[in-house]
Amino acid sequence: MAEAQNIPVGSTTTGSIAVAAESTVATRMSAPPSYDVADFPVPHGREEEWRFTPLERLRGLHDGSAVAADGAVTVEVTAPDGVTVETVGRDDARIGKAGVPVDRVVAQAYSSFEKASVVSVPKEAVLAEPIRIAVRGQGGTAYGHQVIELGAFAEAVVVMDHSGDGVLAANVDYLLGDGAKLTVVSVQDWDAKAVHVAQHNALIGRDASFKSIVVTFGGDLVRLHPRVEYAGTGGEAELLGLYFTDEGQHQEHRLLVDHNTPHCKSNAAYKGALQGTDAHAVWIGDVLIRAAAEGTDTYEMNRNLVLTDGARVDSVPNLEIETGEIAGAGHASATGRFDDEQLFYLMARGIPEAEARRLVVRGFFAELVQQIGLPDVEERLLEKIEAELETVS
Amino acid sequence: MATLEIHDLHVSVEADNASREILKGVDLTVKQGETHAIMGPNGSGKSTLAYSLAGHPKYTITGGTVTLDGEDVLEMTVDERARAGVFLAMQYPVEVPGVSVSNFLRSSATAIRGEAPKLRTWVKEVRETMERLHMDPAFAERNVNEGFSGGEKKRHEILQLELLKPKIAILDETDSGLDVDALRVVSEGVNRVRETGEVGTLLITHYTRILRYIKPDFVHVFAQGRIAESGGAELADKLENEGYEAYVKGGVTA
Repeated sequence: MAEAQNIPVGSTTTGSIAVAAESTVATRMSAPPSYDVADFPVPHGREEEWRFTPLERLRGLHDGSAVAADGAVTVEVTAPDGVTVETVGRDDARIGKAGVPVDRVVAQAYSSFEKASVVSVPKEAVLAEPIRIAVRGQGGTAYGHQVIELGAFAEAVVVMDHSGDGVLAANVDYLLGDGAKLTVVSVQDWDAKAVHVAQHNALIGRDASFKSIVVTFGGDLVRLHPRVEYAGTGGEAELLGLYFTDEGQHQEHRLLVDHNTPHCKSNAAYKGALQGTDAHAVWIGDVLIRAAAEGTDTYEMNRNLVLTDGARVDSVPNLEIETGEIAGAGHASATGRFDDEQLFYLMARGIPEAEARRLVVRGFFAELVQQIGLPDVEERLLEKIEAELETVS
Repeated sequence: MATLEIHDLHVSVEADNASREILKGVDLTVKQGETHAIMGPNGSGKSTLAYSLAGHPKYTITGGTVTLDGEDVLEMTVDERARAGVFLAMQYPVEVPGVSVSNFLRSSATAIRGEAPKLRTWVKEVRETMERLHMDPAFAERNVNEGFSGGEKKRHEILQLELLKPKIAILDETDSGLDVDALRVVSEGVNRVRETGEVGTLLITHYTRILRYIKPDFVHVFAQGRIAESGGAELADKLENEGYEAYVKGGVTA
């Protein structure tokens, strides 16, 4: 049933496919998931989950030296009528239900946040307008927690915008009731020096569908863990991602889809473009199909387009299958270069250099952008991609 | 009438930190409506001539001039040359991931024509040209050269030739790797462009086979970086019978 396709071109792209009796996704982490930062040793950088990340640029998030300051990050929620927006204390029962922190930084965030924001959409409410959450860094360090909860058969779109400067470690929980539909766009459009580490946990109810669109443009270092688990059969998850990694930036997306329940679907598709010296993109795609998860249908894909010399991609899809009774499972990863010969070819047909680059990058992202299904978001992304390309020398 | 004039062209490439001269004084004039076949053994510099005229950065011009209607071609960037009317059908066209054929053709036509072609007439023009080249319409939605067979790549090059209507068309071994059917289809495409009388054609080939479909006005034998002999179509017959041996051994020097 499983098929693997892996075409490394350019920088390192490795993939593996394993049929294992027990999960190594869980065991190859240096510590099991925990809400308590004390359960994680301070990373030294050689651990599997940290080996691609420049620890010295985490501004102390990993070793306990980063101290939160009041007002370092502001969160503003704009929601249509019928949606409840609350700021709650650490003891609120809805916090932490969607997933457990998997590394020291997100555990630090969980152990350190003081107030959480909870946005609730009541059951069967179908929102006509998106919920907008503006997360704005004002300089300094902050630990955050956000919960977005949809009652049964509710439908909502959430656009979460990250901008400004600062150091943010956070957890975001998405709780989808039975039959609920949630689309979340998380845009990381930080200023150049910002550091952002977050775990996004989705817990998908029976017959519910979750669509996540992660868009990373800015920041000095961004490291995100989009994760999915299923609370009942018939759940669907679509994880789309797009990143544009510039000179000196580190952008890391570490996905995990845990197929722990029968007859669920998942599809992950991430695409990134890189340009400039020491632009570094990391993509880890872990899909685990547990023994109980019969009838699973899953596919994951990562594509990278390297526009200039000096950029680096590490792309590691990993599919572990504990049952043969599945509908389908596959993964693909490829990294390609936009090189001088391609440029020559397009220019030899009269197309000026800047336009040639735009053509290639727009084409590369277009297919993914079209899957978002939110016209204003799609337009904004294409504009942002154009703006990124303006910075090409 | 458009005229491409190549005078005493010298071209070098950098390899292993040394500069190696490949073209050693090429003189050639191609006028609109004429077809010149350039034939020669491997390594004689035929492709270097083609890529130098198109402006490939790998080649350094060390002497001589190239003008198109008096304009200095060597001063132009690659895209300026194309817009001035120089077209190179490549022997090994590269894949361009993420760019569909239809998007590529339209971007190119817009650049060459100076304005975006009107959508309705353009779609029809592309469709009909593709039909004549026996290309499946689904081809337009594929990425440029990605996964194309050798024959598909060459058809795609000639499709561009027909749509872009250059003043000077340089066909670099367009016949190589084609079976007889594909060769005929591709040659018919070239002939349609030639029959307009508005293109000067520089047909670069290793074999005489394509000359049965595309009749040249002039045949030039390329050897050791320059034109060793020029003549009419009958020179091709001589090459067919005798091969390049006389030229390779340096028996003939210009």
